Formats: sequence, C-alpha cells, structure tokens
Amino acid sequence: MTQEITHKPAGGTPPTPRRNNIRIKSPAWFALAGALALVAAAPLLVILSFLLSPSQEIWSHLAENVLGTLAINTVLLLLCIIPLTAISGVGLGWLTGACEFPGRKFFSWALVLPFAIPPYVFAFVYLGIFDFTGPVQSLIRSIFPSMGFIDIRNFGGVSLILSLAFYPYVYLMSRSAFMTQGRTAIEAARTLGLSPARAFFRVALPMARPFIAAGLVLVCMESLADFGAVSIFNYDTFTNAIYKAWFGMFSLESAAQLSSILAIIVLTALVAEQKMRSRMRYTEAGRSNITERLKLSGSWKWLAFSSCSLVFFLAFVLPCIKLMQWGFEAIETDLARYIEYGLNTLLLGLAGAVITTAAALALSFAKRNDPGPMMNWSTRIATLGYALPGTVLAVGIFIPAAWLDSTLATLFKPTGIDTSNMIQGSLGLMIAAYGIRFLAAGFGAVDSAIQRITPSIGEAARTLGATGISMLRRIYIPMLRKGLLTGAILVLVDVMKEMPITLMMRPFGWDTLAVKIYEYTSEGEWELAAVPAIILILVGLLPVMLLTRQMDK
Amino acid sequence: MKKLITLAITAIMVTAWSTAAFASEVVVYSARKEHLIKPLFDAYTAETGVKVKYITGKAGALLERIKAEGANTPADLFITVDAGNLWHAANEGVLAPVKSATLEKNVPAHLRDPENRWAGLSVRARTIVYNKDKVDPNELSTYEALGDAKWKGRLLLRTSKKVYNQSLVASFIAEKGEAETEEIVKSWVNNMPVAPFSSDTKTLEAVVAGVGDVAVVNTYYFGRLLKKNPDLPLAIFWPNQKTSGVHMNVSGAGVTAHAKHKEEALKLLEWLSSEKAQGKFASLNMEYPVNPEVKPDPVVAAWGEFKGNPMNVSKYGEYQAEAIKLMDRAGYK
Repeated sequence: MTQEITHKPAGGTPPTPRRNNIRIKSPAWFALAGALALVAAAPLLVILSFLLSPSQEIWSHLAENVLGTLAINTVLLLLCIIPLTAISGVGLGWLTGACEFPGRKFFSWALVLPFAIPPYVFAFVYLGIFDFTGPVQSLIRSIFPSMGFIDIRNFGGVSLILSLAFYPYVYLMSRSAFMTQGRTAIEAARTLGLSPARAFFRVALPMARPFIAAGLVLVCMESLADFGAVSIFNYDTFTNAIYKAWFGMFSLESAAQLSSILAIIVLTALVAEQKMRSRMRYTEAGRSNITERLKLSGSWKWLAFSSCSLVFFLAFVLPCIKLMQWGFEAIETDLARYIEYGLNTLLLGLAGAVITTAAALALSFAKRNDPGPMMNWSTRIATLGYALPGTVLAVGIFIPAAWLDSTLATLFKPTGIDTSNMIQGSLGLMIAAYGIRFLAAGFGAVDSAIQRITPSIGEAARTLGATGISMLRRIYIPMLRKGLLTGAILVLVDVMKEMPITLMMRPFGWDTLAVKIYEYTSEGEWELAAVPAIILILVGLLPVMLLTRQMDK
Repeated sequence: MKKLITLAITAIMVTAWSTAAFASEVVVYSARKEHLIKPLFDAYTAETGVKVKYITGKAGALLERIKAEGANTPADLFITVDAGNLWHAANEGVLAPVKSATLEKNVPAHLRDPENRWAGLSVRARTIVYNKDKVDPNELSTYEALGDAKWKGRLLLRTSKKVYNQSLVASFIAEKGEAETEEIVKSWVNNMPVAPFSSDTKTLEAVVAGVGDVAVVNTYYFGRLLKKNPDLPLAIFWPNQKTSGVHMNVSGAGVTAHAKHKEEALKLLEWLSSEKAQGKFASLNMEYPVNPEVKPDPVVAAWGEFKGNPMNVSKYGEYQAEAIKLMDRAGYK
C-alpha cells in the first residue's frame, strides 16, 4: 500500500473535519476513554489538592531563597537541551532516513541504542570520566601540572548528559517522518529548482514539524522530571527542591506546591505545542518509496559519517567502555541473582508496555471520535504524568489507592473476606503507575499514527460495509501496527529504566535492575552500580533493536 | 508478541494476589540498603526460623507509604538511617513506643528516642579527613574552625541536600543557636573552591586528587575507599575533642504503630541490638556498634578512640528543617 503525502498548510484549504472516520456509537466506548483519562489524571489532582492547604512559612522561605535559582536553572537547562536534541535528533534523522552515505545502514539502528541507557547512568559514567578525579582531567594535569580543576557540574554538563540520554526521542520521531514522507515531495521540490539543502528546509522540515515537536515535548518533560542525573551532578532544579522540601523539611505540602508549579509549566508548553500542531494537517499512511535516497557527495559524505560516529561514540561507545571497566573491577560472585532482577525488569516492562499502549490507543480513538475541547483537555491532563518526578507521582497514586483499600476493607468486613492491601503493594497498582507516568510516550506515537490515517480510508471502508469494531480490527489495527509497536517499545524501555516509582511501589521481592543501581549510586559506589547497569542496557538493547527493525520495514 | 502478553498478564495475576500471611514472619521496610541488611536477616531466620520479608527504598518514600497504608500497613519494623528520619517518623505517629529492658540495656540513652519509639542500631561518626601530604593535623581543631581564613580554597563538602550535613548543622543550631551557626556555615561556603559534591566518596576522591585538602565525611566512606586503595594519602582527624565531641549519627529502627506482628518485630529489633548481631551490623558498613559491650571491627578500631557528642540524636530531627533553611540562606548548595 503506497500513498502519497498530501500536505496542506492550514492557510489554503479549510480543514476537513476528522470525525466520522470511525463511528463507534456505543457510549461505553466514550465512557472507557473518559474513565482512563480520569484515572491518569487522579494523581495529579491529588497533588494539586495540596495547593488548598499551603504551609505558609516554608513556602515563603522557598519563594525568597530558592525559587529564583530554580527557575533560572531550569530555564537554562531547557534552553540548552532543546537546541541540542533538536539539532542532533533532526540532523541524524534526516541523514539516516533520507540520505545515502557510508555506514548509513549501521547508524540508522545504532543511533537508537543510547535509548537503552538511563539518564542517571549517563550522569555517573560521565562524571566518572570527566570529573576532577577522572582519567581525562588526571591525564591533562599530568601533562600540564599547572592546569587547574575544571568543574563540569554545571548547566552545560547536565544539558549535555540529558541531551545524550534524550536525543533518541527526536531522532526516532523525525527519522520516521522523513522516511515516510516519500521522495515525491522532495523530488517535486528539486524539479522546481531547489537545492538539496533548501529542499530540506523548505519542504522536508516543515512537513516533519509535528513529529519533531512531539519528540521535543517528550524531551522537555523527561528533562523536567529527571531526578537521578541532576542530583548526581548536584544541579538544583525543581525535582531536587521537591525532594528537599518533602524529605528534608518534612513538608509534603510544599513539595506538592512545587510539583504543581512544574505541572503548570508543562501544561502551558503542551498547549503551545498543540497550537503549533493544529495548524498542520498531515494525512499519510503506509509505506512510501524510499529506495531513492539523496546521495551525499564528497566531503558531505564524510561529514555525515563523522557526525554520526561522534554522537554514537559519545552516547553509547564511551559509556559502555567505562561501565565495562568498572564492571570488571567490581564483578560480583553471585551474578545469578541478576538474572532474577533482569527478568523482573523485563516482565514489568512488558506488562507496562501492553497496558499503557492499550490505554493510549483507547484515548487516541476517543479523541479522534470526539475532537471537542473537553476530550482535548482530558488527553492533555492525562499525559501530564510524564513531567512529574516519579516519587511525587507515586504519592499521588498511593493516597487514592490506600483510600480504596480501606473502603474495600470496610465493605467486605461483614462477609469475612480479607481484602487488606489488595490494591496497595500489588503489581497491578505499580503497573498502573507506570501507565500513568508513561502514557505520554505511548500516546505520542499512537496518536501521530492515527492522525496520519486519511479520512478517505475510513469512508471507503464504511462504504464497503465495515463498521465499528470490525473496522477497528480490520482497518485501523493493521494500519496502526507500526505506531502501536513504536509506542509499546518506547514505554517498555522507559519502564525498565524507571527508578522512583519502582522503588516506592514494588511488592515484596520484586527488585529490579534499576533498584540495584539506585542502592549503589546513592552511596557513591559507581563501580558496583556498573554491573546492574550493564545488564539493564543489555536487556534494553533487544527491544530497541526491534524498534528500529520495525521502523525500517 | 501474543505469548509474551499472556505471560506478562498471568505473572501479574499470580503475584498480585499471593499475599498470604505466614504465622511467624516479620515485615520490614528498610531505608538501609539491601546489601547492608540482608545478611543479618538471613542470620536471624537461620537462628529463629522467623521469616523476614523486606522492601528497601528511600526513607521519605517508605515513610509516606506507611502513612498512606495507615491501619492496613504490612510494615512491622521501619529501619532507616539518620536520626532526623527516625525523629520524623516518630513525629508522624507511625512508630509505636515499646517497653523493652533489652533495648534499654543495649542502646545508650542518647542514641534512643526519649519516648522509646525507636532505637539506634549503629553509630556513624561524621568527622574530618585530611590530605596527609598537605595538612599538618595540628592545624586542625574543630568543625567550626574549618571556616578560618587558612582553609580558604581548601575545604570540600558534600551537598547540603544530604541528611548527614543537615543533621550536623542541626546539632550546631541546637547547641549555639541560629545566628552563630549561620556565620559558621557561611564561612564554610566561603572556603569551598568548588561546588559541593553529590557523595562522601566523591568528596574524598577530590581530596586525593588535590581539589582541596580537608573534607567532612562519615568514617565508613573513608574505610571503603581505604579498602580499595590502602595507599591513600588520607587520614582521619577527630574534631571538637576539647569541646562538644565528634558529631554522631545513627541508623536505627522502630516498631510501626499498626504492626501486624508486633511481638516478632520487637524481638527482631532486640536481636539486632544484641551483642551477637551488633558486631555484624556495624562491620557490614564499617560503622560503630551502638551496644557498648561490642568492639568495633578491627579496621574501624584502628582509627583510634574519640569523644562523641553526647547530645540526644533526636535533636537533629527537631532542627532539621531550620538547618535546611539556614543552609539555603548561607548559599550552601
């Protein structure tokens, strides 16, 4: 099935209403989506409710002494990370997706591999290499003894780390956009006399904009929610302050207030992004002809090769070398237990991926079915969990879960059935928490795919007699396969890397690799953390490779 | 894919509802890391046949979990590091007071909650470590004196976000009041050549590399580093020997208010304070035993004897929030 792109900027043609594509008239369907949105938004509402009971004294201290620095630090961080990930992600996506140069095939999947490395692992590895005591500065000092100490624990260092960890989001999204654009549009542009560079900036880039924006939004949300990397660098952001207010000053209220500010920032960004996106209409699906790539010539060819090599080296090879070196130093005798941690990690990832993608699909269909403002807002709020620090989110989930449990216990008391802690501390609740945290990642991929199904396909299918569920099963699911799988694998890897929620909500005996990494890094024992980190990366590589293979099909 | 999904769902179903309770078991929530506590639980189970189920995590998150679980909590014993965390847990009402002659005998009064809601299990001395090649120990005297002009550009500290430093500053506030403490903290900040570090180990490594000459750390981090590299140019200095004494912190535990196995939890707690367990508990992490009858590990004993601060450690919790605000004002990151 090959379709051509019809890309029409909003200015010219009036937007075709997207509804009526799929008409599943059952109100149960809508209720399901509504319920999903509500469940996903519940922890946020719990956190926001703390705004009603402000703890005046601590709040005024924070406002006076801390908030200014936090705001500046956070803005600086985003101002660095956005261009860094945009340039590297889009650039590399364009090179591997639409151009031809030596090594393209290798880089097109290899550049996704860093996605398997959690940001907190990047942080301690990079500090281990480039900090005062690391090999690089030691070497420099041994050559130039008068050389001072260079502190990399600033916004520059943190931005670089987080960009290395998060650029794959932009890369994946933009690469798939460039690949599926088809050559026709670019070729048309070339026929009209545009140089390859101008064809990229005038045609390919604008067409890929919604995907790039979706990737960048994920990057921003991840950066704002990151706790591990910034605390290893001792760089103050909202997450640090939230933890300090809560665990240091014993004020969950102030922590929740800081979280709310964070949530409001993200909501604003999301609305802005959505506004930008709504001006675009893009309808395309299926595969396109990508046999004819732009052949890069001469020095361009080698420039492409070296930029890919540089990023791959910094984001994957170098950290792996350092981890292996540490791993050999600290190799443990009972490696066998890591098999259990690895299996737990993988199982949680799979369960999280399946449930989250299903929820994302339901939500996305509901939004398509009823694109009114109500549904729009609920999807935005439902995907906000991505930007909240995991621990805060976990509290927001735990409070209602505990309430449910005690209600259940009261209800069942006369019957004599023991329901105590049926919900809390169950794997089910933890997986739900992953779903709430990572719905944004799954939703982004699934929703982009759904938006690309042309209205005419739905209409044609209906003319041929397909309705409701059968249309979903026979038309949409096959066409969405790629988007669903991308979403599922993104969530899978994200869940496996996730630390705070796992730490707080896991049932007895459910330790994961991330938990082990936390136990060692929090004591500054980076060498010992290297072993579980290597295993986590190995476990994560498989799905990441699956993801890239899927995209190339 | 289908098979994997089925497998995943089955596994969830099986594990989620298999929370059957054994007659003789005790459930522990521990902020002490698994590798520092599991060997003891194993020994306890081998000795008594009582099963110890545990979960490890961050102190604050575990506490919030116990609170959210309320009367339904499966936690019987809460083990955490730092007196501030213990004080906070007691203050939030999640720990029950216990009457135990064994604990009173095994744990000195200043390392226990005045209302018996928790007891210390190991002592962590936070002291000064210096570079032997660059510092004459006669130059050193007290924590406070690290703010002197002669340490300008030579003092390295861990981040103020770590509870250990919050407790240290809290103990100053309890002793000297806020104004004087703030001056001391400011003078420290003034002497630091680089931003504070995220861990004690990294602080020590920076002293080795020559970024600075002195640091304030817990002794066991020094011990661990020494184990890896016996030729470290570092040495321990016991400060404040003529004044308040070395800053002492504890890791400790308390029985939860809604414990389902109250008896078993108290027995485990008492056992952990016993001579049999204390040596192991402390030496696993190269800390000092709380039980005065028990000698520290030979490696630890080699660092010499010192006078510890006799202040009741629960004061750290009381002044912790003040300490954080003060450090924020003083610009201690």
